[in-house]
Amino acid sequence: MNIHEYQAKAILRQFGVPVPDGHVCYNGASAREWAKRLGEGPWVVKAQIHAGGRGKGGGVKLARTADEVRNIAREMLGMTLVTHQTGSIGKVVTRVLVENGCNIANELYVSLVVNRGTSKVTVMASTEGGMDIEEVAAKTPEKIFTETIDPLVGLTAFQCRKIAFSLGLGGKLVNKAVSVLQGLYKTFIACDCSMLEINPLVITAEENLLALDAKFGFDDNAVFRHPKLGDMRDYDEEDPNEVEASQHDLSYISLNGNIGCLVNGAGLAMATMDIIKHYGGDPANFLDVGGGATIERVTEAFKIILSDKNVQGILVNIFGGIMKCDIIATGVVEAAKQVSLQVPLVVRLEGTNVARGKEILGESGLNIVAADGMADAAQKIVAAVKGANQ
Amino acid sequence: MSIMINKNTKVITQGITGATGLFHAQGARDYGTQMVGGVTPGKGGSVIDGFPVFDTVKDAVEKTGASASVIFVPPPFAADSIMEAVDAGIELVCCITEGIPVLDMVKVKQYMKGRKTRLVGPNCPGVITPGECKIGIMPGYIHKPGKIGVVSRSGTLTYEAVWQLTCLGLGQSTCVGIGGDPVNGTNHLDVLRLFEADPDTEAVIMIGEIGGTSEEEGAYFVKEHMTKPVAAYIAGLTAPPGKRMGHAGAIISGGKGTAAEKVAVLQECGISVAASPAEMAQALLKIYKP
Repeated sequence: MNIHEYQAKAILRQFGVPVPDGHVCYNGASAREWAKRLGEGPWVVKAQIHAGGRGKGGGVKLARTADEVRNIAREMLGMTLVTHQTGSIGKVVTRVLVENGCNIANELYVSLVVNRGTSKVTVMASTEGGMDIEEVAAKTPEKIFTETIDPLVGLTAFQCRKIAFSLGLGGKLVNKAVSVLQGLYKTFIACDCSMLEINPLVITAEENLLALDAKFGFDDNAVFRHPKLGDMRDYDEEDPNEVEASQHDLSYISLNGNIGCLVNGAGLAMATMDIIKHYGGDPANFLDVGGGATIERVTEAFKIILSDKNVQGILVNIFGGIMKCDIIATGVVEAAKQVSLQVPLVVRLEGTNVARGKEILGESGLNIVAADGMADAAQKIVAAVKGANQ
Repeated sequence: MSIMINKNTKVITQGITGATGLFHAQGARDYGTQMVGGVTPGKGGSVIDGFPVFDTVKDAVEKTGASASVIFVPPPFAADSIMEAVDAGIELVCCITEGIPVLDMVKVKQYMKGRKTRLVGPNCPGVITPGECKIGIMPGYIHKPGKIGVVSRSGTLTYEAVWQLTCLGLGQSTCVGIGGDPVNGTNHLDVLRLFEADPDTEAVIMIGEIGGTSEEEGAYFVKEHMTKPVAAYIAGLTAPPGKRMGHAGAIISGGKGTAAEKVAVLQECGISVAASPAEMAQALLKIYKP
């Protein structure tokens, strides 16, 4: 789950991490009002979408007067912002963040992440604020400083000082850095983050530290213990099919191809996409129906796959395991009838009662092609979709 | 013979009075596993379908002599269940539960330091030594006793590999599903090390997927220390970066952990990598003569 920048900053503020004063606004008039309440100016108006690279796309602008804040907000609201992370379709701006500008003396980078190598949280900092950290890691790894955090002790002051000195900070900034880093770690733990990135963390001309941008990655597995975070979810920012799927406990991700996939198990679902590609086709989605492929779930899955207008064929690949193939076959037939399936459907079943399962598919009177094994299934659906296009 | 478990392994189920826990305890018993009881706090002293139920893992261990446990406890409480099993001195814990918060697992890993328990999972199908002992949710009948070790992050993809082997008449020594989470108990390297040391495992199929570096670490071990042939398959060649493909661990971030990168490392290390998931057993036969 992702949240907006203004929401991220509100969370940081709660944990004592300094951020610029600001407020989210939905129209020009309120943007002007809030600007005047916040201070004397200048202000920064920032488009709120779930994607990075907003500055280059015209989504971050400086305003000298409150009227200018209003005008910029009016321009931004409703505009479609295209950045390197939104894809060519872009995202429509429905809210802007108006905040006080600051005098930037220097820009740093700080992030926290669950490091799977050590099974611990790692804090990472760099002098190269404002840069893409992957690029820094590739070109100048010596400019990145890390500390591994003992989960039972937490991020210690001495570790924070080590980082501060490595970043070249001195004087009062060292203790300010300790406070910011510990505040970030507290936030990370309290909110069950998988990632928290402050880029840039700025040093102001007045020798203060300020988180100018913030990006949270929350652990989807822990959302259950943070109901308030769930309220921050902005469904408009997500793929509607992916939202629909998640409401039915289906794991779905849309892709650009034309062959819909319905598979049980995440690994097998990825492998199914791969084998379609291997035989010259293009998968339209990743979809894991999970262990219990009931009629209802298979039907929902079909509906979601078919709502993608690019889909010209569907491949069902189920390794029955505990589930019996005759039950799955019945589910597939029912689902295909309910959605009055028009595109070619190839079904590969394996597991208990597979012979009976294939009989059910054959007797259904529907145009279902049964396949033996993954290779056969992939070749058949690729051929069917290519044939339909000729 | 096998790794981790065999016909003498006594197993308890944590969360045995839940529908899923009981179903799979029955399935394991039918397979021939010594399922000696279960744990559900507050229901100690009762018996469910012939399984004695205990309040704590410690009680269950004392009364049954169990050395392995399988966990079907819901995600909010599963980390606690793992630590309870560790505290009771269980040697092997298989945690099937999917959806445990990653920071819970960070604590569990730290808690386990210096203790003897091996954790497999979470979010995994479990471990099976065909014909002897099945701990987990895999369908028993697709397996066949034999000499091929299988290690994988994914459940159904493991079944796929096992089925390909069985159809070719190649049995398995032990199959281990290490699970799809970013922080887990056992990785590819740990299992490869056990297979190398097991006199009755002759060859190994290693199945991996995008994200992390567990497969690469396994591959370097194969190159430097393994005498047995290893074949592999990596899922997720077509997965887009930044998206969670079902498994929380299956995220390509910052260009790291892509399938192409992993395949290249594996091949460098002398592993026979299957070009498609339909060819896992064939990939092994290219470098191994039964």
